[in-house]
Amino acid sequence: MGFWNNQLSGPTDPVADAAWEKPGPRKGFFTDTSICIGCKACEVACKEWNAIPEDGLGLLGSSYDNTGALGASTWRHVAFIEQTSERIQTARESGRRLVDLGMPAMRPSVPTPPPSVNGNHAGVDPTRDRAAAMAQVDIAAASGTIPDFRWLMSSDVCKHCTHAGCLDVCPTGALFRTEFGTVVVQDDVCNGCGYCVAACPFGVIDKRPGDSTVKNAGIAQKCTLCYDRLGEGQTPACAQACPTTSIQFGDLDEMRATAQQRVETLHANGFPEARLYGADPNDGVGGTGSVFLLLDEPEVYGLPPDPRVTTADLPDMFRKAGFAGLAMLAMAAASFLGRRR
Amino acid sequence: MTTNPFDADRPPEPPREGKRRGGGNGKGRRRRDESVMVPDVEFESYYGRSVVKAPPWRHEIPAYLFLGGLAAGSGLVGAGASARNLPRLRRGGRIAALAAVALGGGALAKDLGRPDRALNMMRTVKLTSPMSVGSWILAGFGAFAGLSVVTEAGRELPDQGSLLARTLRVADPPAAIGSALLSAPLAAYTAVLLADTAAPTWHESYRELPFVFVGSANAAAAGLALVISPTDENAPVRAMAASGAALELGASELLRRRMDPLLAEPLHEGRAGRLLQLSEVLTAGGALGALLFGRNRSAAAVSGLALMAGSALTRFGIFEAGMESARDPKYTVQPQRERLEKRRAAGVTDDSITTVR
Repeated sequence: MGFWNNQLSGPTDPVADAAWEKPGPRKGFFTDTSICIGCKACEVACKEWNAIPEDGLGLLGSSYDNTGALGASTWRHVAFIEQTSERIQTARESGRRLVDLGMPAMRPSVPTPPPSVNGNHAGVDPTRDRAAAMAQVDIAAASGTIPDFRWLMSSDVCKHCTHAGCLDVCPTGALFRTEFGTVVVQDDVCNGCGYCVAACPFGVIDKRPGDSTVKNAGIAQKCTLCYDRLGEGQTPACAQACPTTSIQFGDLDEMRATAQQRVETLHANGFPEARLYGADPNDGVGGTGSVFLLLDEPEVYGLPPDPRVTTADLPDMFRKAGFAGLAMLAMAAASFLGRRR
Repeated sequence: MTTNPFDADRPPEPPREGKRRGGGNGKGRRRRDESVMVPDVEFESYYGRSVVKAPPWRHEIPAYLFLGGLAAGSGLVGAGASARNLPRLRRGGRIAALAAVALGGGALAKDLGRPDRALNMMRTVKLTSPMSVGSWILAGFGAFAGLSVVTEAGRELPDQGSLLARTLRVADPPAAIGSALLSAPLAAYTAVLLADTAAPTWHESYRELPFVFVGSANAAAAGLALVISPTDENAPVRAMAASGAALELGASELLRRRMDPLLAEPLHEGRAGRLLQLSEVLTAGGALGALLFGRNRSAAAVSGLALMAGSALTRFGIFEAGMESARDPKYTVQPQRERLEKRRAAGVTDDSITTVR
């Protein structure tokens, strides 16, 4: 099948698939939530740089999160989750279960990360170290030294999926794949049909409400991964503003490698709850352009646990619709061909 | 949990509410009847917020689903009547097809965030987008429906020997064939349109939904034909009403049975559930009425109205159910969690979005 292979699902290089003449390396984020301090500098920097209008000033009563969710006028969203020791223990157990499952048994096509990006644990045997760390965690649980409270903070953003549902279903071609492998809306083309909103498995993109005084009102809006800044060799505003390097930006391969190193480090330091989200090109969206390091199950952060791009089933959907259409024609024909009474 | 010497003196902690857990503050349990003794399904969410977004579609969209189906079925009625030489049924079907497709297209344009850019739909042809494919189907059908009405008007010209009248007579069969051939995709693509989304109930119904929609389209168009055509020409549309309604009801039943019980919930409960229930009654009643008493002018009209109302309610009900499945995070999280755990239990660990190395 050649070219058509993995065009709707599975691992592929979206930049090459989009037929850019000189495809560069795919760019992406690595958001390490373990060092996020919840300052919301990313939210502010994003709003400032992209000139996004105000979208509500309410108090939501959800910890320090008064932003709520990603949307047409919120392209970075910091989630705040307050957890008790009981919940921390559950997160650790679920993390350990992942380790025990040996996930992912990386398929051979996926390159192993180059050694030492952070360099802080070069030469350590992670397996032995992990076993020791797990033992420490058990001791901590038994002696009651698990903290009685923790705050999870995570800066969420558009995933810039390998197989982007929003892009696939856009009827006008307003959404396109850039030379950086990101997915961007063309403000002057989008007619606000809202189909992308329905297709996004992460609930990221939305139609901006408001009258004609609001910039880009009535059309779909989401993170552009600062397409304008990338073109000038700049870092996206959120990553630039992040004071703790919780948001990192770079070539996606490098981001994935950094993320893998970081999760190893955290496991070795006795945090079995650490896990990556979006780093696996074999997942339901072909891997994401924004990789996250999470400290609990994805749904705790409002992320789907097993997203799958809806267009993966599209050939089968059209096939079923084809049969239905034939049935419709046949039934109408039968009605008119029948003997006239 | 910290321990200190004063712990023994503390009053007992108040019992925690059910399975309430960290991030989600129990909102996942909203809209549940506390008196029902079914154990709460355990799932987590971020303050009960939805994971996927319900599309920003208003009632114009389900109205279009109905009108598009009505137009498609009417196209078939017009073409069929043309083939069988039933002049009044033919004229009614053709005018109905054009009117419904025009109203439906108008509803679609009205729902856009920028109606002035409606023609951007014709900017590209994109097979991965059912809406793009559908726009072209709609445009093509609209053209043939329009031509059919023009050739129909040509039959009323006073001078049938004129060049215009002769041209229109030549154009008549192609117009009928064109609208008949495009009617099937027009009725079926809207099911793909809904199914090709992240709204769980819509997506999971993709196998049966096209059959529900084409059945509903035939039933609605037959219903309209029963209302507007005389009884001596309505035998074919009575048969079409019965078969269309049977297909719609049968496919709906199959859809509900095959679907994961949790994802089928929005089809049974709330507003969507009520709409779909009423739709079944009206569709079945209308079909029976058309079949048994369709030779009576007023009984035919009443049955026809019931069929149209049933079809409209089906569209609004399916629309509502999908919107509800997108709004409540449990419909997104729980089935995904279940299929993930199932794969893990089967030893498949290399296709999860969550990884540890």
